[in-house]
Amino acid sequence: MGILDPISLIADWLEGLFMGWGWPAGLVNLVMTFLGVFLVANFGMLYVIFLIWLERKLAARMQDRIGPNRVGPYGLFQTIADILKLFTKEDTTPDGADKVIFNLAPILAVVSVLMIWAVVPFAEGWIGTDLNVGVLYIVAVGSFGIVATLIAGWSSNNKFALLGAFRTVAQLVSYEVPMVLSLLVPVLLARNMGLGSIVEAQSSWYSIFFFMAPIAALIFFISSIAEVGRTPFDLLEAESEIVAGFHIEYSGAKFAMIFAAEFLHAFTISVLTITLFFGGWQGWGDQFPLVGWAWFMTKAMLAYFTVAWVRTTLPRIRIDHMLDYNWKFLTPLALAVLVVTALLDRLIIDGFGTDNTPWRPAILFAANLLIGWVTVVLLRRRAAQRPPRQVVGAPRPVARPPQPEAEPEAAGD
Amino acid sequence: MLDNWLFVGLMIGVAIVFPVGPIVLAHLIGPRRPNRIKSETYECGIETVGETWVQFKVQYYIYALVFLIFDIEAVFLFPWAVAFDQLALYAVLEGILFIIILFGGLVYAWNRGILEWA
Repeated sequence: MGILDPISLIADWLEGLFMGWGWPAGLVNLVMTFLGVFLVANFGMLYVIFLIWLERKLAARMQDRIGPNRVGPYGLFQTIADILKLFTKEDTTPDGADKVIFNLAPILAVVSVLMIWAVVPFAEGWIGTDLNVGVLYIVAVGSFGIVATLIAGWSSNNKFALLGAFRTVAQLVSYEVPMVLSLLVPVLLARNMGLGSIVEAQSSWYSIFFFMAPIAALIFFISSIAEVGRTPFDLLEAESEIVAGFHIEYSGAKFAMIFAAEFLHAFTISVLTITLFFGGWQGWGDQFPLVGWAWFMTKAMLAYFTVAWVRTTLPRIRIDHMLDYNWKFLTPLALAVLVVTALLDRLIIDGFGTDNTPWRPAILFAANLLIGWVTVVLLRRRAAQRPPRQVVGAPRPVARPPQPEAEPEAAGD
Repeated sequence: MLDNWLFVGLMIGVAIVFPVGPIVLAHLIGPRRPNRIKSETYECGIETVGETWVQFKVQYYIYALVFLIFDIEAVFLFPWAVAFDQLALYAVLEGILFIIILFGGLVYAWNRGILEWA
C-alpha cells in the first residue's frame, strides 16, 4: 500500500517533519493546505500545455493532415514555443479602453477555471477539499468566467468586442440553465452535493449514473460544451465572422491566459462529466489511489477526446438556432428527465425498500429510453408539419443568353 | 467544516497569482514601442465610425430574465434533491408541481414569441 499512495506518503512525511521542527499545529495545517493548493493548481496549468498539443494533433489527424511536428519530437514542444512567443509580445492596450477591467478580464477567466479544480476527486482520498456543496460551488465559480467574458468585451472600446461579448454572454447564460438542471439529476441520485460522495455512490459498474440517467448525462455534456464555447457553439470566437469576438483587442500574455483558460475549461468539463456520470476514479483495483488516479485520467482523456472529436466534426451553429435549441429543446427535456427520475426513484425506493438493487438502474434506464423515444416521435411529428424542402428540381433563376431571332427581318421585301 | 473552505481561500490566492505572474512578466520583458496607429481600436482596417458603446438590444435582457427564473428554481430544487431520502411521495410530488408551474411559465414565454432571437 505504500508506494501506491504517494500523496499520503509525502504528506505524512512532511507533516512529521514540520511537527518535529516544533511548529504549532495550525501553522502545519496551513502549510500542508497551501502545498495541496499549489499541487492542484500546478497540475491544472501544466497539463494545459500537453492538452493544447494533443488537441492540435487530434484535429490535424481528423482533418487528414499531420499537425505540429517540427518543434521537438512529434511537435511536443510546440506549445512551449507558442507560450514563449506570446510572452515576449508587446503589452498594448487600446485607446480609450477601461484599463482596470481590461487587465482584470484574463485574470478572472483563469481564476474561474482553476477554482473548479479545488473540488475535483482525483482518487480515493485525493481531493482538494470535499465540500458538501461541491456541485453548487462549481456552478457559482463557473459564473466568474461569464463575467470575465463580459468585461473583456465591454472594456475593449471596440464595437465588435462589445457585440461579441453580448452574444457570448447570451449564449453562456442560456446554456447555464440545462446544465444546472441536469446537474440536479446526479445530486438527486446520490442525495449529496459533494463530488466525493457522488463518485462513491457509483460503486458498482451497473450503478454509474450514466446508466441511470443517460439523457441527463448527454444534456450536461452538450450544455457544458456550449458553456466552454467550443464548436459547434463557437460563436464567441468565430474568427471568420466577427473577427475573434470579445478578445479582439487582447494580445500577448493576456490572450495566452484567455486561451489557456478556455482549454483548461474544456478539460474541466470532461473531468466533471466523468465524475458525475461515469464513476470518476472508480474502476478495477481502485482501492489503491494511484490506480484510481489512472482510471480517472483514462476516463477524462476519453471524454476530452470526444470533446475534440465533436469540435473537429461539426460546423458552427447560428445563434438563433442555438438559442432555440437551448430554450425549446434542452430545457424542457432536462425538466422532464428531472421529474421522471425523481418520481421513479421515490417509487423504486418505496417499493423495494433499499436503493441498492440492480432494478434501480434498470428501471431508470428504461424510463430514459422512453423519454428519448417520445422526444423523437414529437420531433418527427413537428418536422412533418413543416413543408418539405425541395432540393432537386426546384425552378431556379438561371442566366440565359438572349435568344437570336428565328428569321432575320432583312430577308426579302 | 470551515476547515474545508481554507483550501478554497488559499486556492483563490494561488489562482490569482498564476495568471498575474505571466502578465507581469510579459509586461516587463516585452518591447515597449507605443505608436498612435498601434493603439487604435480595430475595425476591419478602417477608422472607427460612431460611438463604441452601441445601443443594447433588449433581447439580451429577456434571455437573462428567463435564465434568472430558472436559476432561482434550480437553487430551490437543490435542497429538495439533497433531502430526497427524508421526503415522502407527496413531498416529491410537491417538488414536481413546482417544476411544472415554472415550466408553464416557459411554455407561456414560448407561445408569446418572447424566446425568438429576432
